[in-house]
Amino acid sequence: MPNGDTNSLTMDAPRPDSLLDSGVQGVISRPIDRVDGPKKVSGAATYAAEYYFDDLAYGFLVGATIGAGKVVSIDDAAVRAMSGVIDVVTDFDTFIRVPAQGGETEAPTQGVKEIAFVGQIVAIVLADSYEVARDAAMQLQVEYERSDGAFDFDKNRDEAVEPPSDATEAHSTQGDIDAAMAEATVTIDVTYSTPSQNSAAMEPHASTAVWEEDGSLTLYGAYQMPTSDAQQLADALGLDEDKVRIVARYIGGGFGSKLGIAPESVAAAVAARKLGRPVKAVMARQQVFEATVRRSNTEQHMRLAATRDGKLSAIGHDNLCSNQPGEDYFEPVGIGTHMLYGAENRSITHDNVPLNLVLSGSMRAPGEAVGMIGLECAMDELAEALQMDPIALRKINDPAQDPEKEIPFSSRKLSQCLDEGAKRFGWDRRQKAGSRREGEWLVGIGMASAIRGNMLMESSAKVEIHPDGTATVSSAMTDIGTGSYTILAQIASEVLGIPVDRITMALGDTKDPPAAGSGGSWGAASSGSAVYLACETLRGKLAAALGVEADGLTLKDGTAIGDNRSVPIGDLVGEGLEAVGQIKPGEQEESTSQASYGAHFAEVAVNAVTGEVRVRWMLGVFAAGRILNAKTARSQCLGGMTFGIGAALTEELIHDRRTGKLVNRDLAEYHVPVNADVPQLDVHFLEERDVHANPIHAKGIGELGISGAAPAVANAIYNACGVRVREFPITLDKLLGGLPPM
Amino acid sequence: MKTFAYAKADTPETAVRDSAGTATRFIAGGTNLLDLMKLQVETPDRLVDISRLDLANIEERDDGGLTIGALVPNSDLAADPRVIAKYEVLSRALLAGASGQLRNKATTGGNLLQRTRCYYFYDTAARCNKREPGSGCDAIGGFNRILAVLGTSDQCIATHPSDMAVAMRALDATIVTLRPDGDRRRISIHDFYRLPGDTPQIENVLEPGELITHVDLPAPPVGRQTYRKVRDRASYAFALVSVAGVVSVEDGRISAASLAFGGLAHLPWRDDAVEAALIGQPATMATFEAAADALVADAKGFGSNDFKIPLARRTLIATLRELTEA
Repeated sequence: MPNGDTNSLTMDAPRPDSLLDSGVQGVISRPIDRVDGPKKVSGAATYAAEYYFDDLAYGFLVGATIGAGKVVSIDDAAVRAMSGVIDVVTDFDTFIRVPAQGGETEAPTQGVKEIAFVGQIVAIVLADSYEVARDAAMQLQVEYERSDGAFDFDKNRDEAVEPPSDATEAHSTQGDIDAAMAEATVTIDVTYSTPSQNSAAMEPHASTAVWEEDGSLTLYGAYQMPTSDAQQLADALGLDEDKVRIVARYIGGGFGSKLGIAPESVAAAVAARKLGRPVKAVMARQQVFEATVRRSNTEQHMRLAATRDGKLSAIGHDNLCSNQPGEDYFEPVGIGTHMLYGAENRSITHDNVPLNLVLSGSMRAPGEAVGMIGLECAMDELAEALQMDPIALRKINDPAQDPEKEIPFSSRKLSQCLDEGAKRFGWDRRQKAGSRREGEWLVGIGMASAIRGNMLMESSAKVEIHPDGTATVSSAMTDIGTGSYTILAQIASEVLGIPVDRITMALGDTKDPPAAGSGGSWGAASSGSAVYLACETLRGKLAAALGVEADGLTLKDGTAIGDNRSVPIGDLVGEGLEAVGQIKPGEQEESTSQASYGAHFAEVAVNAVTGEVRVRWMLGVFAAGRILNAKTARSQCLGGMTFGIGAALTEELIHDRRTGKLVNRDLAEYHVPVNADVPQLDVHFLEERDVHANPIHAKGIGELGISGAAPAVANAIYNACGVRVREFPITLDKLLGGLPPM
Repeated sequence: MKTFAYAKADTPETAVRDSAGTATRFIAGGTNLLDLMKLQVETPDRLVDISRLDLANIEERDDGGLTIGALVPNSDLAADPRVIAKYEVLSRALLAGASGQLRNKATTGGNLLQRTRCYYFYDTAARCNKREPGSGCDAIGGFNRILAVLGTSDQCIATHPSDMAVAMRALDATIVTLRPDGDRRRISIHDFYRLPGDTPQIENVLEPGELITHVDLPAPPVGRQTYRKVRDRASYAFALVSVAGVVSVEDGRISAASLAFGGLAHLPWRDDAVEAALIGQPATMATFEAAADALVADAKGFGSNDFKIPLARRTLIATLRELTEA
């Protein structure tokens, strides 16, 4: 293909002009249906566990049944004798103990002879069928030597350590919070806790490993970030990076749990190499719970100090989380607290209690999803103590610039979201806590602010225009159910004037230009910018081919128009045109404070007899820069708000404190919200452009919907029944003691 | 899942004849059994498929009651006009259970025989006297939020998960069976289930190979009926506490009361003392509280399920209020 070119942009300066504003195709932002929808509903979309090969062997993973200790021996004689069993494979040094954290370029902790938690994958059994492999795996005799493990958060809290700072500082302080607390007129000093959670994506973790004759590996995997996942896998297997290809065309949800490679990938690859045939390894649901990743439990010590008129002088958000001994990741609980409200004296800290439980890592909106519970419930308590309207309290403390870095916000519409939400929700009907009753139900409303940090990640994409006027967009970007396929096609369509149905999308393959994939809500902005930049270059080439200045070119419905001429785009590309776009974060990240903002409102009913909580209505008002597709953006927020209902009311991983065994490791007993738990959810976006964030002026959306949703529900529960529950989730037993007498 | 032999039965008689031996299980909807087989909590050598037997009808009986075939799907039973009109508590209980998809598949006979949802029963690496007699009970001293507070033993604190069976207990149902020797048996639901005692692995009085063919309901009871289920989410969760109630009031006094409870015990619970505290008494809060006190008089919590005791008390009182208010 001739005319290849790379348009690389580092965001060192704002980019006020965007071709998405001047485009006339009229498709950007429109709520068009998902372009991959028909494939998904007809079963034509191929997921990681759906690749078949003639000589495919089925693998089933074997998880440790002890919580700490080591493997002494594996007796596989009986299992090998079973009909249909092909092999039992382990490699104590190469197998990975835990999944990789998102974006790492090296393998996660390897070595599985030492057991760090119940469920740790120690072997894989291969058979002619999944059922035989599973049966054999359950029969495999593994002898362990037990040692003492740390399974109880409360008993081990004194062992907490300060983890190394990551993107978020582990410890950060400004001013003197103790003095501010002592001096203030009104203070709140309370502790909130949230439990461990699991992403519970519908598709379990799955890998199908195929070794090519040249010694390279193709892994069909359910992964969110194929480019870095391939690097992790190469490192784990001792291969050069260019010897590993990951294909992840469709992913059935990830929510962070598929950011990094998980143990089934290495096990499948090692087994496939040993057997000399393709191997498929799909985790059982129990293994997804036990052996992948959890969101850490948190204990959040909240301190707020305010003047009588509600001006904050201090914010303390000091957190205890947990992770495996030696693992550095910490749940960045206070990440949103850094910039949501002003206050001169601040303390935001994180310490980890080492526990022998499944790895802690990213789950939807790591940090904000749980951190906003502590902050926004404490703000509700402060409003109550001040006898002040909760929205007024927030607006008084909405700072003009980033309160810690003292730099401008790139864009911020927090107060506007609060006001718009109050109007749409009818906030003025709020009554005193515990004063509205409808039969057996106590009814109340609550709200919370929403914030989710915005990120731009280095990403690239290739766009080709073919002589027949169609185009192809290719990148190692993924669509994990969010709508990436659709919004990237819309961006290309808008800039190139080629209808969406003439654009072929090719995502999820590391043979295509590298991308940061899906995670941290950066996908749309990062890969969207890469596609945009490629199209910008192609637009210039089309102008040149037509013999006009780029400014004088109009592209619409497959036609290039300029200088009183109208030519089919395909006629201008010769044998075809292609360009690569590449976006990189730059100085704008340092000079502006970037986040998406919003406001959540909830109406709930609490049963006065049983304490059962029913959410009746939720409204989210969000400002997240340019909305690329009004339908998929709304769906993202609906999903996040639903996640918030789960966090508020039901979701909790429970480990047996004696053994570290995960007690509720299936979807019957790990309670995600079901349809009946989710009422009418309304989503409204405010018009916004962020010229500091990226050339398409969009900010992250996927995780904004969860950030603040749970505390809005919790604050509504307090308003309904006057019971303040600080230990999440708010199950009925915690409300029972505070309900009115029968 | 272990490999197993499979046979399809054409008649109830051949089904039971083919099923001698404890390593055989009947399968109909399979909504619980297949899950348990995948996890190897159940490891039958052989399945006898009874799903095609002619046992899917609901028929009216001469005494005014209903005979319900063992293969009537939960959805069909809940939607039957006669059940809705005369046995409202049963229809409500069925619709409170599982999900629409499961109710379409699950059968009347199978619903009665669901195994407990105790977390430790489902984990073959945990100790469980019900799954592996004599191994111990990890639920005692462990996490036991959903487990029993009534009729427990030091061997087992499991609960029975069915909603349907709770309503059937309030309705005085009779379970009709066919034994391998060809004899039929009629077993009152009050005699059907067992408390855990020292043998929690034995959950009911069925003998090996004995097949439930029907459930008989007596003539509809007098009085108002309801089923109230309290759970951790609005749907698709097992009962923390449920109450199946049939109560009749005459001249301000309770003339008849039948109350059964789910989520509290190894079996659908019914306690004569609760009903004795109600019958003949005025329909007042004092009476309801006396009945609630009787219900929980011998209740014992195990830590994370302690809350079930006040919850059961409050739920019963509210149910009685609902059933007796003018």
